[in-house]
Amino acid sequence: MLDELGHYALILALCIAALQSTVPLYGASRRHAGLMAVGQSAAVAQFVLIALSFAVLVNAYVTSDFSLATVVDNSQSTKPLLYKITGVWGNHEGSMLLWVLILSLFGAAVALFGDNLPPGLRARVLAVQGMIGVGFLTFIVFTSNPFLRAHPAPLDGNGMNPVLQDPGLAFHPPFLYLGYVGFSVAFSFAVAALIEGRVDAAWARWVRPWSLAAWCALTVGIAMGSWWAYYTLGWGGWWFWDPVENASFMPWLVGTALIHSAIVVEKRDALKSWTILLAIVTFSLSLVGTFLVRSGVLTSVHAFAVDPTRGTYILILLVLAIGGSLTLYALRAPALQGGGIFAPISREGAIVLNNVLLTTAAATVFLGTLYPLFLDTIGGPKLSVGFPFFNRTFVPLMVPVLIAVAVGPLLAWKRGDLRGALQRLWVAFAAALLVALIGLYIAGFKPILALLGLALAAWVGIGAIVEWAERVKLFRAPPDETWRRARHLPRASYAMSIAHFGLAVSVAGIAASAFEVENIQMMHPGDSIPIAGYVLKFDGTTKAPGPNFTADIATVEVRRGGQTVEVLHPERRFFPLQQMTTSVTAIRTNFLADLYVALGDPDDSGGSTIRAYWKPLTPWIWMGAVIMAFGGLLSLSDRRWRVGVAAKRRLPAVAPAPGE
Amino acid sequence: MRRLLFLLPVAMFVAVAVYFLLALNPNRDPTLVPSALIDKPAPVFDLGGLDGGKGLALAGFKGQVAIVNFFASWCEPCRDEHPLLMGLEKKIGVPLYGIAYKDKPADTEHFLKELGDPYDAIGVDESGRTAIDFGVYGVPETYVIDKQGRIRKRFVGPLSESAIAGELLPLVQQLQHS
Amino acid sequence: MRYVFALLLLILLVPAALAVEPSERLSDPALEARARALSEQLRCLVCQNETIDESSAPLAHDLRVLLRQRIAAGDTDAQAVKFLTDRYGDFVLLKPPVEPATYVLWFGPIAVLLLAAGGALIYLRRRKAATPAAPLSEAERRRIERLIEEDG
Repeated sequence: MLDELGHYALILALCIAALQSTVPLYGASRRHAGLMAVGQSAAVAQFVLIALSFAVLVNAYVTSDFSLATVVDNSQSTKPLLYKITGVWGNHEGSMLLWVLILSLFGAAVALFGDNLPPGLRARVLAVQGMIGVGFLTFIVFTSNPFLRAHPAPLDGNGMNPVLQDPGLAFHPPFLYLGYVGFSVAFSFAVAALIEGRVDAAWARWVRPWSLAAWCALTVGIAMGSWWAYYTLGWGGWWFWDPVENASFMPWLVGTALIHSAIVVEKRDALKSWTILLAIVTFSLSLVGTFLVRSGVLTSVHAFAVDPTRGTYILILLVLAIGGSLTLYALRAPALQGGGIFAPISREGAIVLNNVLLTTAAATVFLGTLYPLFLDTIGGPKLSVGFPFFNRTFVPLMVPVLIAVAVGPLLAWKRGDLRGALQRLWVAFAAALLVALIGLYIAGFKPILALLGLALAAWVGIGAIVEWAERVKLFRAPPDETWRRARHLPRASYAMSIAHFGLAVSVAGIAASAFEVENIQMMHPGDSIPIAGYVLKFDGTTKAPGPNFTADIATVEVRRGGQTVEVLHPERRFFPLQQMTTSVTAIRTNFLADLYVALGDPDDSGGSTIRAYWKPLTPWIWMGAVIMAFGGLLSLSDRRWRVGVAAKRRLPAVAPAPGE
Repeated sequence: MRRLLFLLPVAMFVAVAVYFLLALNPNRDPTLVPSALIDKPAPVFDLGGLDGGKGLALAGFKGQVAIVNFFASWCEPCRDEHPLLMGLEKKIGVPLYGIAYKDKPADTEHFLKELGDPYDAIGVDESGRTAIDFGVYGVPETYVIDKQGRIRKRFVGPLSESAIAGELLPLVQQLQHS
Repeated sequence: MRYVFALLLLILLVPAALAVEPSERLSDPALEARARALSEQLRCLVCQNETIDESSAPLAHDLRVLLRQRIAAGDTDAQAVKFLTDRYGDFVLLKPPVEPATYVLWFGPIAVLLLAAGGALIYLRRRKAATPAAPLSEAERRRIERLIEEDG
């Protein structure tokens, strides 16, 4: 009964989405306030209905309701509760429902918080959101319906892939979808602006927070996925340039270009058509990612159960959404009035450079990911493209980006002083040089790329501090003055410094992975092996049962200077239902380096393979991502966004809006 | 001119969409790796046989068209394919040879006793080295070898009725008459 | 496709090694280092999103051992890799060969960069500022400074 309610709510949501995509659009063209307002009610109603539907599905998993086919395919009564819940989105149907849930959430948010948007723009934005909703809801209802029945209902289900039975599943997909789907708002704004034929600073003031929020979520989502792979896979790999990893990385790259470009639209009224294109492309890449993962055209560890019918359907969606918006762009964008004038060497110029490099980087990833597919479909040789390609193409592109990240914020708007900026960055340059020289002394010329990476990280990190120091006149004015300036700097300014600094931290972590040390040995109880100044003593394994697995748990003492500083317990778990073994690694981190220990195969004589790695700065990869996301959130909390929301209350005042 | 530039994104998208459409062909298996040895000489091998068997060697093919099937007792799809292999030799009129891949001979014998032995001769490749020489990356795989000892086609995965009728049989007939 | 997938599950049934095993290693560290470097450049055909260095598939184990045998027998890096590509084709290479079929792949990024940079330059030239404004007085400069720092 409840299941049918959930199913019905979903279908009703589809009907409402259809309404939402048409009525407000018509109302906007006719300037009819009542019709335009339909958009807001529809968006909220759509969200409520989908939320209800989702809640019903979660309930079905939690109560192990095996009358639903997806629950049979993906769940099992002995699964721990956390994984029953997270298992809802661990499969194609459930994750699509999560997708539209977040889509409708963003639509409802625009409806609820968009009171001070011009009604016409708001109506059009909600209409476009509605169209996307219609597309995906029809896809779900007709090809990927989570409420299809299993008849007769079996006594128990087939369980979930053991690799997914991990807390990572609780966070990685939701954050990823908040990111991917969040960019739909920027997309809707872009298309709405094209329909209206106008882009102004107010538009940018709206687009930037939504894009930024999506970007923060995507940053965290990607970082989580990477970290999850790192601690699950048993050798510490965290990025393989797998098609699905790339599918999330491309929107991130273009999304980064978007949030910077939107700044220029807001402040300088320039780069409008470029920003619109970025907004369309970012979400388009999210859609392409959805296609790649669910259509079966590429092999990937991430690919959901594939079905070419679904693939065809998503392709149609792609053609309508991306083809439609890009055609609209080709028709309408040339008419957009160009805005502020600026010199090539200026902050705007730096952002243009940033855009060029980041989109080229995204294009490179796109090419590398899809080239084997393209060759294969035209009957060419079967090739594979892996990290050697990306190391030779993507990494060199990032070098100028990183150099520019430190310089750009020091250039003034409209016309910047490059020489002055570079002179002020001498500290950063000195730091980079120092890092490089120390590295060369310790490690020699062989890891030259890694040393370059570390030097660039120092350049960016110290550069961010230099930029802040310039603004507060550190050491050039009395401490009182500096303190006063520091307190009055807008949050967005701190946000930028923090986010750029976070980038430096991540880059350092990535570069330092070249200095990893490993020791892999077959060990018997009582054996010890050295690694990076520690001594690891293996004390044997014990067997232990789990709710749906049996585990071999090893005891490894970590000793330093004769003392045991920690005891680690790497495990191997065997899941009888799926006949699969997963490994649970044990990691000791001091946030500067990870000591990573995994349990390998046992041999016949009672020994086991122990794989120990010492990974310097590796935690920084994900810490840097968190810092970047924090910077983004800080920027979101800046007064200007809040001012934008509160402006309605200030309408009676005659004074111009603050910040202008 | 400027207008043309604005058309570039949609033009690029159309190209990509066309490729995607082609890629959605349901006959296409993205995990399939084509054989690198098509039209090249089959690798020389000389494998021992099962208990009491004479083994299998490339030299023994003696200028005949032959089918070589890699299988193993631990392989579930090999079980599925097995009924189709029984009687295949009679149907296509050329020898069907089997190579047991990374299997203990006792297990292979047990498997054949249980399901029947469709092979003219069987080679035991416990190390899997011969399979690597053939470019095998999973079992079952089936190779068609022509009179000159060259590999002409590889089937990855279990054979199906339609694959036998539609591809294997016509190819063997063509090779027989060349 | 389903069968290959079933095969994957089966392969995991066999007690799987967690990538390169101590017993596989060559005794000569220089040769072993070469073997590791090479196996990190080769794709595992079973779990197609891992290198043979990382993969726990039995085929990956066999290929790691084979690679080491070739290197120990005196093959150069190129010869050892060719041994594998002769049997498995270029798909096994993570770095696609630079040949006419892959020119678009390898030179594409540079082409895109030049195109985008060119487009940006044309755009920037149109946006170039007009004649510079008259110099500012001290008071005006101070006022501007204050406004800039508040604006952020």
